[in-house]
Amino acid sequence: MEGEAQKATASWESGTLAPVDRLRSVRADSPIPGLVEGTEPGRSLSHYQWDYITDCALILKTAGAGQKSAMFIHAHSFEDLTAEAEEEALRTVDSGRSEEQHEEGLKALVAEQNIDEQHSNDLSDSRTKEEDVSSEAWRSHKKHVFVLSEAGKPIYTRYGTEEALSSTMGVMMALVSFVEAEKNIIRSIHADGCKVVFLTKSPLVLVGVSRTCQSDKEMLRELQYIYYQIVSLLTLTQLNHIFQHKQNYDLRRLLAGSEYLTDNLLIRLERDPGLLLSAVTCLPLASSSRDVVSSSLQAAKSKNLVFSILLAGDRLVTLVRKKDQFLHHIDLHLVFNLVGSSSSFREGEGWTPICLPKFNTAGFFHAHISYLEPASQLCLILVSTDREDFFNMSDCKQKFMERLSKRSAYQALKEAVKCPSYSVAQVGIPELRHFLYKSKSSGLYTSPEFPMVYQSDEEQERLLSLYQELHSCLHHPTRPLRYYYRCRETENLLAQVTSGFELYLCFSPLVTKASAFAAVNKLLKWIRKEEDRLFILSPLTY
Amino acid sequence: MGESLPRVHGGAQQHSDTLRRPVHTLRVKMVLLGSSGVGKSSLALRFSKDEFRSTSPTVGCAYLTQVVHLSNATLRFEIWDTAGQEKYHSVTPLYYRGAHVALLVYDITQRETFVRAQVWLKELEKQYIPGSTVIWLVGNKGDLAHDRQVPLEEGESLASNKGLYFIETSALSGEQVNELLQSVAHRVFECIGAQQGGLTEWQETPTVDLRHKDSFNLFASCCKVGP
Repeated sequence: MEGEAQKATASWESGTLAPVDRLRSVRADSPIPGLVEGTEPGRSLSHYQWDYITDCALILKTAGAGQKSAMFIHAHSFEDLTAEAEEEALRTVDSGRSEEQHEEGLKALVAEQNIDEQHSNDLSDSRTKEEDVSSEAWRSHKKHVFVLSEAGKPIYTRYGTEEALSSTMGVMMALVSFVEAEKNIIRSIHADGCKVVFLTKSPLVLVGVSRTCQSDKEMLRELQYIYYQIVSLLTLTQLNHIFQHKQNYDLRRLLAGSEYLTDNLLIRLERDPGLLLSAVTCLPLASSSRDVVSSSLQAAKSKNLVFSILLAGDRLVTLVRKKDQFLHHIDLHLVFNLVGSSSSFREGEGWTPICLPKFNTAGFFHAHISYLEPASQLCLILVSTDREDFFNMSDCKQKFMERLSKRSAYQALKEAVKCPSYSVAQVGIPELRHFLYKSKSSGLYTSPEFPMVYQSDEEQERLLSLYQELHSCLHHPTRPLRYYYRCRETENLLAQVTSGFELYLCFSPLVTKASAFAAVNKLLKWIRKEEDRLFILSPLTY
Repeated sequence: MGESLPRVHGGAQQHSDTLRRPVHTLRVKMVLLGSSGVGKSSLALRFSKDEFRSTSPTVGCAYLTQVVHLSNATLRFEIWDTAGQEKYHSVTPLYYRGAHVALLVYDITQRETFVRAQVWLKELEKQYIPGSTVIWLVGNKGDLAHDRQVPLEEGESLASNKGLYFIETSALSGEQVNELLQSVAHRVFECIGAQQGGLTEWQETPTVDLRHKDSFNLFASCCKVGP
């Protein structure tokens, strides 16, 4: 099973824009290396220091009728257990914690926290997701996500307020600690059409509760994203530091005002195929124009500039990076989420600390974020290592703009942003409705506009969940598949994975299996013909 | 943009005998500080574009500029609109360090933010170089006067005790916002602009060095902060 788990996680990671594995040394310094490293996806399992993790995933089946959905329906009856669990959790957290050197900045932070205790309580109230957590509506949400501290303190809930859920989260922590006490790790609970998936990433615990047919692995992947979202705001170093000092610290104070990022990320996870495929999509653009844009960006360099990213909405136009530095697709999606969720970059030049957790969980980069023109979709992100680099980055942007506007490429770029991506009709396969094609080597994917039948949000989400099912089957931890064909009433689906690409196709329900398979070759041929427009074929470095 | 602001005459004419050319552009670093949600970004947007729009919380910091013409000088305000969220506090000193103007913004309908503004003041005083920063206490959301939690007098008395300037504004309606920017421009020019090296001249490609020299200030009395 360990081998399988490794394969599973490794395959999830394989879609990186380039593999980055430079953090091992940083992570090894973490106070509980076993926890931090062992639960890391894609780490080699030889790094598991918890060798007492038994050889199979622990699945607690609560099939008895009396226990059905007990966590949510009878939450209050668990109160005694909660108190006990909190103590338990505290004990668990205590043991094995070693004191770490305090960084000056962090010290100041903790000191400041005491001053304005009341202040931040005030902020969390302003959230508009007050929903009665005992209501049927709350319980019937398709997917819940909870984040809590190892002391069982609520940090985030997708629906309702954290305050109202403190006893429920206490129960969750109780379950985690209970299994941990037996020198084991809880992974999921399956009960009554409901899946509860746990992800322990010290000092946080993430819990997903889903009524969808998503696999545990897919849900874990989503929880990972949420974890990285939180780390990207605070850094893991700061998180560890805070909880070492004060185990029952209320992390919502520091996340106040950023809950919308997590909310939006969860929506993206349901709608954006890129997060499923571990890839990003590009703005279709003639390669000659893209090259000019890339080289203009390349020329606008500065000593501490690590990445220059040009986005058109949720699509990548180009990315220039420092030699030997790679940007992981998760980090890139976090940047997309930050830019896409915040209107504040429209009003001026933004300058913000940001941690790119797949690059380095320990420190902040500083990102200069601005739109090329006020009403444009084109947003430039310049990532620097120096927090005093604002004016240098601002100059880089100026230089880039000067170079770009001298050439016709800027006009071509603006046109490309305006017109819709491309329609599936261009491929010339009548039964084909939609597809996703991911090139594994580049970590980029392409897909046409959604056709008429999938115009509504619900239909798009439904299609994406079908793709997700196919994805799960292809990447099954024990029985991975190379092909998968599925006939449904509303559409027929075909998925294929090779060493070079992943392909997901959606056909009308009338297509035959033979013609569906024949379509694959035709589509591949078309993509090859169009690839210099659909992908970034020659990524540049400074 | 600059046109929307009335040109002000008179103002600082007594300094026209300085060595500088009659019209020059001076850089003024202005920082907005205060709790999350008090309207710092909305004020900044009013300053730079005279627009109002509800925005998502500021991420990190936003940088905007606005030019204000005085009779014998042009001031280019470089506005640092900081995020009120606690997680960004560790980087905020970056923005108020060397600022010529600091606006401490609070929401008149939230007493908490008024208390918080005083915490910011203490923070500023730690870094404070006499005569180098003009500090304004700004009570925002004047349009919500019916929900007021901080009386006008309280703001005024805090300001006079601490030697700050005071104004109540509404970024939503735009009320008193231009007035604020105009008086800031006058004060900063009177207090700091006349000093040698108080304000640096703006060139097309501004230099990165924002540090200003701490020099003896004849006008110290009008920018004094603290007891």
